[in-house]
Amino acid sequence: MTHPATVAEPLVRLRNVTKTYPAARGRNEVRAVDDVDLDIAAGDIQAIVGYSGAGKSTLVRLLNGLEPATSGSIQVGGTELVGLRERQLRPIRLGIGMIFQQFNLFESRTVWGNLAYPLQIAGVAKAEQQRRISELLHFVGLPDKAHTYPRNLSGGQKQRVGIARALTTNPSLLLADEATSALDPETTHEVLRLLKRVNEEFGTTIVAITHEMEVVRELADHVAVMENGRVVESGAVYDVFSSPKQPVTRRFVGTVVDDEPDAEALAALRSRHPGRFVKVELREGGPRQTDIFAVLLERGISFELVFGGIEEIQGATFGNLTLALDGPETSVDEAVRELAALVTTKEV
Amino acid sequence: MLTVLPTDTRLGELWPDIWQATGETLLMVALTMLIGGTLGLLLALGLYLTRKGGLYENVVVSVVLNVLVNFFRPIPFIIFIAAVQPAARLIVGTGIGFSAVVFSLILASMFGIARIIEQNLVTVPPGVIEAARAMGASRARIAATVVLPEALAPIILGYTFAFVAVVDMSAVAGLIAGGGLGSFAQTFGYRQYDPTVTWVCVLILVALVQVIQLLGNTLSSRIMRR
Ligand SMILES: Nc1ncnc2c1ncn2[C@@H]1O[C@H](COP(=O)(O)OP(=O)(O)O)[C@@H](O)[C@H]1O
Ligand SMILES: [Mg+2]
Repeated sequence: MTHPATVAEPLVRLRNVTKTYPAARGRNEVRAVDDVDLDIAAGDIQAIVGYSGAGKSTLVRLLNGLEPATSGSIQVGGTELVGLRERQLRPIRLGIGMIFQQFNLFESRTVWGNLAYPLQIAGVAKAEQQRRISELLHFVGLPDKAHTYPRNLSGGQKQRVGIARALTTNPSLLLADEATSALDPETTHEVLRLLKRVNEEFGTTIVAITHEMEVVRELADHVAVMENGRVVESGAVYDVFSSPKQPVTRRFVGTVVDDEPDAEALAALRSRHPGRFVKVELREGGPRQTDIFAVLLERGISFELVFGGIEEIQGATFGNLTLALDGPETSVDEAVRELAALVTTKEV
Repeated sequence: MLTVLPTDTRLGELWPDIWQATGETLLMVALTMLIGGTLGLLLALGLYLTRKGGLYENVVVSVVLNVLVNFFRPIPFIIFIAAVQPAARLIVGTGIGFSAVVFSLILASMFGIARIIEQNLVTVPPGVIEAARAMGASRARIAATVVLPEALAPIILGYTFAFVAVVDMSAVAGLIAGGGLGSFAQTFGYRQYDPTVTWVCVLILVALVQVIQLLGNTLSSRIMRR
């Protein structure tokens, strides 16, 4: 695909990772992360998608040791995190940036002060701090906001400050927990573009949690789908989008690309369109729309697109088209058979 | 101004003493706020940091501190001042007078201040603390450079509230001959049937409280607005 094949060791390597929150008053034990294996290559943008409570935040907080794992192995840049103490984790965290849904900026500090904070922790010299901060403020497009307090910034500006702050110490890994969930669609788009630039220009590996498939489509190279603490499906974004296997994945993919009409939509469509309904799956490198239509035209079958469309993901196209086919029974039969030989089809 | 006052008041000759009593009150309250305020802040940090989910979560310390605060805080100062007299004798060498009052004020106020400041500290969003942890900040650094600055505006309001309460408490000082405006008003106003003197003392106290409250509000909202 568009990204290079994984070479050598992954930057992040999870094996049998489990995180259990112990039972507390009025609450049972929660297995927030359940036996997760995951590899994230250096330079990759890995999305983790799932409904609320699936364990996404917990998983990402394990990656910088904000929460200790209950069992399993978590390696970041070759260093095993499981079993490390807070004191030992601190230097490692300097190499891992994090951004948040609520931005979590220091309200008592200016934008400059916010960016300076991690540099002070890292013990960076004053002059170098200044150089780094002004460089990053230019990178995120806020050079004139250096002396502004966060409360006077818009949501999108706050998140850009959050991103700049997370990058001051040149981390190789950036964790984003619902970084755009508090933003409107347009601002979301801007922030995602910025994250993409971070990845491309600095080579920063990004782990982005989201419950929005739109974010996955726009940003990620790989996606892992979580449900009940488990990673139930994972792979390259195009592959997962074009052939989702688990029901939860289908539901997520269905929020951005149409698969096939559900029962209700189908009934409505049938009342308006005569003929047989066939869903054809178009995939990158396979037959194109014109090839499909040629088969139908050849047999004099009248057809209509009643559901679905063509999408572009990571520069590759695919689509699920539901066609209403009308014509002599035998011709339609033949056409359906011929389509099935060309592409994946399904009568709906 | 003096012409409108009742003729049987000794206010005229008492002015120098009133100013001295005002000075005593100011000193009493200032010392209490300085020392009691610092001890209260430390106690507040202890309460805040050791509570569940805190940076130094520790059930034992948390329970001990809470019991301590809950035990001393509700005691009315007029009783407290008598109850700690033996301790005052032990530590400041006397059970009566100015130092004994300041000693009692410090002890009594620090528990109240601890609770007020603790409530101010919990207003800091946990996410901000988490962000600092994610940057590799140590817990002590977070307490000093994130928690306190982020809670500064409400803390100033908390101290303002405490200041006013301490002015109120300081009026009881007369009980052990501690001086200040409160005991002056009792001695030369109330007991000598001179309501003019009483009211002058009251007005000075009211003015003092107003000034403090105004300063506190202004400072806090200036920090909040930036
Ligand atoms: N600190 C905690 N203590 C106890 N349970 C928690 C804690 N944090 C999260 N959980 C539980 O773990 C599960 C996963 O939560 P989370 O990782 O926040 O999911 P997500 O980010 O996907 O919404 C939920 O059931 C949640 O209630
Ligand atoms: Mg979450």
